This record gives sequence, C-alpha cells and structure tokens, in this order.
Amino acid sequence: MNDTKLETINYSLYYGKFRALKDISIKIPKNKVTALIGPSGCGKSTFLRSFNRMNDLIPGVHTEGSVLIDGEDIFKVDPVALRQNVGMVFQKPNPFPKSIFENIAYGPRVTGLKDHHKLEEIVERSLRSAALWDEVKDNLGKSGLDLSGGQQQRMCIARALAVEPTVILMDEPAASLDPIATLKIEDLIHELSANYTIVIVTHNMQQAGRVADFTAFFYTDESRTGQLVEFDETKKIFTSPRDRRTEDYITGRFG
Amino acid sequence: MDERSSEIALIHKAQALNLKKEHRRQSFWVALMWLFGLITVSILILVVGYVLLKGGTAINWEFLTTPPKGGLSGEGGISTTIGTTFYLVGLTLLIATPLGVGAAMFLIEYAGEQSLGSKFLRSMISIANFAVETLAGIPSIIYGLFGYALFVSTLKFGFSLLSAALAGACLVLPTIIRTTEEALLAVPDDYRRGSLALGATKWQTLYRVVLPASTPGIITGIILSVGRVISETAIFYVTLGGSYRMPTSIMDSGRTLALHLYYLAMDTRAFDKAMGTGAVLVVMIILINLLIDFVSRKLTAGVRRVR
Ligand SMILES: Nc1ncnc2c1ncn2[C@@H]1O[C@H](COP(=O)(O)OP(=O)(O)OP(=O)(O)O)[C@@H](O)[C@H]1O
Ligand SMILES: [Mg+2]
Repeated sequence: MNDTKLETINYSLYYGKFRALKDISIKIPKNKVTALIGPSGCGKSTFLRSFNRMNDLIPGVHTEGSVLIDGEDIFKVDPVALRQNVGMVFQKPNPFPKSIFENIAYGPRVTGLKDHHKLEEIVERSLRSAALWDEVKDNLGKSGLDLSGGQQQRMCIARALAVEPTVILMDEPAASLDPIATLKIEDLIHELSANYTIVIVTHNMQQAGRVADFTAFFYTDESRTGQLVEFDETKKIFTSPRDRRTEDYITGRFG
Repeated sequence: MDERSSEIALIHKAQALNLKKEHRRQSFWVALMWLFGLITVSILILVVGYVLLKGGTAINWEFLTTPPKGGLSGEGGISTTIGTTFYLVGLTLLIATPLGVGAAMFLIEYAGEQSLGSKFLRSMISIANFAVETLAGIPSIIYGLFGYALFVSTLKFGFSLLSAALAGACLVLPTIIRTTEEALLAVPDDYRRGSLALGATKWQTLYRVVLPASTPGIITGIILSVGRVISETAIFYVTLGGSYRMPTSIMDSGRTLALHLYYLAMDTRAFDKAMGTGAVLVVMIILINLLIDFVSRKLTAGVRRVR
C-alpha cells in the first residue's frame, strides 16, 4: 500500500452560491503522479487550487469538508507556509520580469536565504532538475521573458522546485507547448515523481496515460457541479473503467 | 442557379460602388484631420518659437549665474530662482511621492480585499477614489488658498519653502496616485499569483514583483509632477512669497522661475528679462517631457528585459 500525501474528505467548494465541487473524497498517494482528467468546466483547476489554498484569493469562495496534507488540516496551516510546501505550476508560463537567476532565486529569497553561494547552488540544482540548465547556464542574467514558451515553463518548474516543496501541482503545464517541449516536460514529471508528490491536470489522455501512476476522472452534469467519478491506477482507468461515463470519456465519446 | 449568380453579381457591383464612395469619404476626413493637426502644431511652434527667439537674446552665462537685483528695475539674472525651483521640486516630491505611492498601493492592492466584508469601508474607498479623480481637476489656486490658510497662517510656517512644498504636494498628489494606480493595475495578476504560489507573503509580492514592474509608470507620474511644480505660479504666489534671495532653510521664502517671470511681467518693465526667463522655463519643460518620453519608453522595455 502507498502512503497518502493529500486527502480530501467530503470536500465541496462554492463560488458564491454556485457549487463547483461536490462531496469529493480522494486519497492522493505520496511520491506518485496523479492526473486529474475530465471535461472542461468540471472543476479540475478549482480542485487543484484547493491543495495550496489559492482559492482563498478568490472573493466569495467557501468550502465544506476537509483537505488534509500529511494528515493535517490545511486550513489550520498558515497559507504562506503551506505554499512553500506545495508548489504550483500554472497553465500559462508566468515568469517574473526578472533574470533567469532571479526568477529561480525568488522562492529561496522570500523564505529568507541571502547567502549568494547558496543561492547559486540552488539555482543550478533546480535548473538541472528541470532539465533546463544546459540551455541557459551561460545566460543566467538574461530575462526570463526572453525564453521560449517551453523553456519558460521549465523555468517555472525550476522556480517551484527551488523552494523545496514536497508536492507540486501542475495545471495543464504543457497546454501551450509544442509536442517536443511537451515530451520534455513529461520526462521531467516522470523523473520528479521519485521525490515529489505530483498532481497534474491534463486534457490529453495520452499524456495522462504516459505520466500518471493514478488517474482521477471528474465529471459534471447539467448542474455544472463537479464530482469525482472514479479514481484508480491509471492502467485500470484506461483498460477497465468501472463507470460508464469514464469509459465514454477516455474513448472520446464526449468531453 | 443562374438567378443566384446574377444576384451575387449585382451585390458585387453595389459593393464596388460603395467602396469608391467610402474611399472618397475617408480621404476627406483624413485631409481634415491633417489640417487640424497642422494648425495645432503651428500654434505650438509659434508660441514656443516666439519665446525662445525673443528670450534667447537675453540669455547668457551672466543671466543664468547672477541673482536678480530685485526692486522695480528687473535688473540682474535668475540664478537664485533656478536654485529655488530645484529646492521646491525636490522638497515637494519628497513629501508627495511616498504619500501618493503608498495611497495608491493601499487603494489598489489592499482596499479591495479589506472592504469585502464591510459596507462602510467599501463606501469609504469609493469616496477616496472619487476624491482623487476630482482633486486632479481642481484649479491650483484653490490648493494655494488652502495652503495659505493652513500652512502659512494657521501652522505659522509663513511664506516659506515648507509651506509651498506642502501645498505643492497636495497639488501633485492626485497625479501621483492616479499614475501609480494605473501602473499597478497594469501589472498582470499572473505575477501576483506566481509569487504567492511560491510562498511569498502579500507584502513580499508587492515589494519584490509588483512595485518593480510598475516603476516606469510611477516614475512617469513623478516626472509629470516635476513639470507641474515648475510651471505653477498662483499656488506658490500665496505660499512661497516672493523673495528673490536664495533660501537658506526650508522656512525661507523664495521665488521659482515661473513666479519670477510673473513678477517681472507684472511689476517691472524688464520685458526682455521676462522673455529670457520664459525661454529658460520652456526649455526646462521641453527637457522634462523628453525625459518622460525616454523613461516610459526605455523603462517599459527594461521591464521586459532584466529586472
Ligand atoms: N473565479 C471563479 N469564480 C466563479 N466561478 C468560477 C471561477 N473559477 C471557475 N469557476 C467555475 O467553476 C467551474 C469549474 O471551473 P474550473 O476552472 O475548475 O474547471 P476546469 O475543470 O479546470 O476546466 P478547464 O478544463 O476548462 O480548465 C466552472 O463552472 C467555472 O465557471
Ligand atoms: Mg482548468
């Protein structure tokens, strides 16, 4: 059996009066890649943001049920501390308008590290883990905005790694990238899963099949409220789904 | 089938006809806009050219480096008024910049979130925003009267650099607040989210990401304010007084270039000196506008580059 890293119990989320997620209970295993799939608007991004409390920033959001990290209620953790532990990579690469070096050093700096040697070390290590070091090592002073989209996204991953999180949330990290850059990101996710718990939202079934150990299928009906239909090992979801809707979705009959 | 194609041919003909008409219409309006543009530019060139030509003859090294003689003669140069102008600009911005930038940061970055729960706070904030809008359009002499009543008489700062700088700060605050607000609003939320998601506090996010990204806009506001302080007269007439000596402390009275120009034109017959002073003033304003241009262009590009 796997250890559980993240868990939700009867978790519901409302945007004002609109219920976006309903009664979601899931146990996300430690140091594995878990994919969240499902049709557009079923609440995958919303659910992902629940783990680093980014939904707190949206006015009018309230929740029911609980979200646990390592068995602890995340609403009892200081959100700033939580986000240092749970990193996030966004769908659209969002480098800061700073040099590559400063982009990566940003997290360590805000957590209080000043020593330049140590920062250099972290920058190099993070860029290496994000498979970007060789491409940028001679140009660390260049603006992060001058990188290609795929490089920017890997820089954002490196930036998240530099804070030493234990969880990385990725919201369609390859959505704006070409197939080659996408493969690089997927390889990277695969490598990272040895040491990190990764939760990734994707619309790409092949991608889920390639990178994810576990897959959760979300679905929504006319009420537009997202529900968790099925959660299992990716193999099982793809070869013998228990629910009809899962089968229809992954075989491309809707969604 | 045939009917349809002849119908389409008719439509095409009508379109071609209409297009010709539209082209003529466009030429007319473009010509008119050119004309208006030319008139405007000519007027500007005429005014500036006149002042520069007339005033240029009065300007020489001595004019720039000797103090005015005072009295009704209008003799002497303008050195102390240049100095006073710089002092006043510096002091005014020293007061107005932190206040204005801070207020804008509060209104844009914090007020929204804190007002969520409270109707009272929310209405306070919309009042504040309305006030900033309105204050920007108030004639400067109103600020002068206010400054005179509060700083010169009630607080007994007298006619002084301090009184003038405080009144001047009130005058330029709306400008600084508004340009800073716009600069902050132009910073993509992606930066804020990215920073918060890395475990930065809200203040760290503001200080390390949002403020640097909005610096060009903030600086533009500051430079605009410099131009305002240099060119205003009425407000400083009633707060700075009119001493033509060099102020030695912030409690001293003084004369900015614009104020000196006013005195020369009103109280003396030294028309050439007035024109000379005007020319210096115009050159300064032109330089400041070039600086704004340079800063907003270079720095906006700079944000896209490193830091
Ligand atoms: N900030 C918000 N305010 C109000 N409603 C929102 C907000 N964000 C999302 N929603 C709603 O919540 C539901 C779930 O949205 P979410 O973005 O989580 O879906 P998703 O599964 O990530 O979709 P996609 O695959 O298109 O990214 C949608 O109905 C959406 O309209
Ligand atoms: Mg989404």
